[in-house]
Amino acid sequence: MLKKSWYSLMAVLMVAVIVLSACTTPVATTEAPPAVAKEVEVFSWWTGGGEAAGLDAMIKVFNAKYPDITFNNAAVAGGAGTNARAVLATRLQAGDPPDSWQGHAGQELIGTYVAGGQIEPLNTLYEEQGWLAVMPQTLIPLISDQGNIYSVPVNIHRANVLWYNPKVLTDNNVAVPTTMDEWFAAMETLKAAGVTPLALGEQWTKMHLMETVLLGSLGVDKYNGLWDGTTDWASAEVTKALEDFKMVLTYTNDDSTSLSWQDAAQLVVNGNAAFNVMGDWAEGYFRELGKAPNTDYGWAPVPGSVGVFQFLSDSFVLAKGAPDADGAKAWLTIAGSKEGQEAFNPVKGSICARTDCDKNLFGVYLQSAMADWASNTVVGSLTHGVVANDSWKSEIDTALGAFIADQKVDVFQSALVAACVASGPCK
Amino acid sequence: MFRNKDRYLSFLLVLPSILAILIFVYGFIAWSVRVSLSKWKGLTPDYTFAKLDNYIQLFQDPRFHLDIRNTVIFTVVFVFGCIILGFFMAVMLDQGLKGEGFFRTLFLFPMAISFIVTGVVWRWLMNPATGDRTSGFNLLFSSLGLDFLVNRWHTTPTWGIAAIALAAIWQMSGYTMALYLAGLRSIPQELKEAARIDGANELQIYQHIVLPILMPVSLSALIILGHISLKVFDLIIAVAGKQYPLDVPAIYMWQSTFDGLFYARGAAIGILLLISVAVLIIPYMRYTLKSEAPQ
Repeated sequence: MLKKSWYSLMAVLMVAVIVLSACTTPVATTEAPPAVAKEVEVFSWWTGGGEAAGLDAMIKVFNAKYPDITFNNAAVAGGAGTNARAVLATRLQAGDPPDSWQGHAGQELIGTYVAGGQIEPLNTLYEEQGWLAVMPQTLIPLISDQGNIYSVPVNIHRANVLWYNPKVLTDNNVAVPTTMDEWFAAMETLKAAGVTPLALGEQWTKMHLMETVLLGSLGVDKYNGLWDGTTDWASAEVTKALEDFKMVLTYTNDDSTSLSWQDAAQLVVNGNAAFNVMGDWAEGYFRELGKAPNTDYGWAPVPGSVGVFQFLSDSFVLAKGAPDADGAKAWLTIAGSKEGQEAFNPVKGSICARTDCDKNLFGVYLQSAMADWASNTVVGSLTHGVVANDSWKSEIDTALGAFIADQKVDVFQSALVAACVASGPCK
Repeated sequence: MFRNKDRYLSFLLVLPSILAILIFVYGFIAWSVRVSLSKWKGLTPDYTFAKLDNYIQLFQDPRFHLDIRNTVIFTVVFVFGCIILGFFMAVMLDQGLKGEGFFRTLFLFPMAISFIVTGVVWRWLMNPATGDRTSGFNLLFSSLGLDFLVNRWHTTPTWGIAAIALAAIWQMSGYTMALYLAGLRSIPQELKEAARIDGANELQIYQHIVLPILMPVSLSALIILGHISLKVFDLIIAVAGKQYPLDVPAIYMWQSTFDGLFYARGAAIGILLLISVAVLIIPYMRYTLKSEAPQ
């Protein structure tokens, strides 16, 4: 008898589990209303946190301006869009594109979708809307291919930020470094004092560190040349930059492979480490932890890149053969507008791609980033898809992984040369 | 063709599944082979025939060499760890101790958990941080005064993959125990008694009677665990993410295909994985089909 009731309990539990799991329908699959009204389907991976809230705010702006167009939010969950991109790839191969979709501005988009003939140039829209006048001049070539602009950046994040713990620095009489040499000297002092000089996390954060060191060591022109083929990957300057990177790695914590970017960033605000190089989404994380800017954490450009803004951006494209091209253009108009960007960015914790957004909407850090965005030279990030296509980036990632294990600069450099030939612009 | 109605009907009944398997298993294997022999790179399919180029490149690829090496280490540690631990747990439970059912469930339970969950828990347990950030096993060891056991787990250079295998052993040794326990229970007591009468001691009984009778069980365990370890992906991702030192073919396949858009290379790795599992499983299936065929 006891056994029987036990079995029925199990059966009830199983049914409950199945019913519950059926209840959690994906957020994304909102059924489209009958196709009488105009509608626009926008595909993104903004499904949680500040990103989803920001998107909702932007949709509100859209609905107010275009009440006759139904906005169909086709967002697919999954960190940094890995899942979403797989879904999108399947839809594109099946000839069923959404009207507009999200992508990291730059070569990640261009190398994939322009090469595949799947998106339209947006130069006319840029001219009509006067965006060329309100976005940094050095940005435009980075999101264009052969003179055609292919996406509308909504938000801007900065990659070359050196986060530091002000208290740890003052305790050890270290000033915030501005050049590579000052940085090495500072880290040497900290290491001698028994402080972890630089907090580092898992492999992609190492690529992030590498790109900022390449920029700091090579300077703007040589760094940009790496990605358009004018800087020789086999050159002595690159060897020097890679040696610098190797040197920087010697100042990092020994458990980096087991830390996420949050873990690594947290070491700085907790006073366990002095520096961390991470994109400025780290600032949102510090705030979440209840830390205050300038007292618990400070920021500066990564040494050697003062006056340079290494950016990454989420942007939206216009599908070739979009089912509703007018709706898509209406959406892009909002995505690039002052109103749309001012609705999105304060919530998401990023700055506007436009330089004319209202400063008062943003916090202390973001205000300083806005000032830099408007005045600095803009270069693109590798890890976050601006300067290299996916294939090239993945080859660099493999070479980097091998380098971290064996520490051989010459092997690393020849692998980078080979990667540029196989998947980049090098011959 | 069909001798009677029954046969005709039974064929009709299995026809849908035969068709589904033909299309969704063998059809896609054939398609993957085709992709693996092509030049497909990027989002748009490109079926230009590339002979065996992708395979040749893989065998020259240092990353793929690392993958093979890691798979071998993982497989050896995992399979033998499970078999040895599973066998001893089964032998101990077979002694007829009190609360056997409880222990059986306890040992089997980890199997009900997915590798992802195991990975998340073991990621924390195997935390390699030092100083005042020490946690997990290392904290346990050092507070018990067992400092010599404190180590860097999966971040150990070269041998880190073996630490991942420990988590897999934790999960699958209970299952191996269940296999062996069933085998032990099927050994007739008379055989052991006869051996005892002949003056054999316990060790000799295990050596000459129990182990030989359990050979088919060991073989099954080897095959089942072996193919799991060749395909391991989720456990490593959950413990360490996508990091080069812990790379295995399945992760390389994923990264090639979806991160790097090297579809042809990804398909080639997939086919090599399929072949390696087939090499393990096909002889076993022939053997079992032969031995189970109606006399």
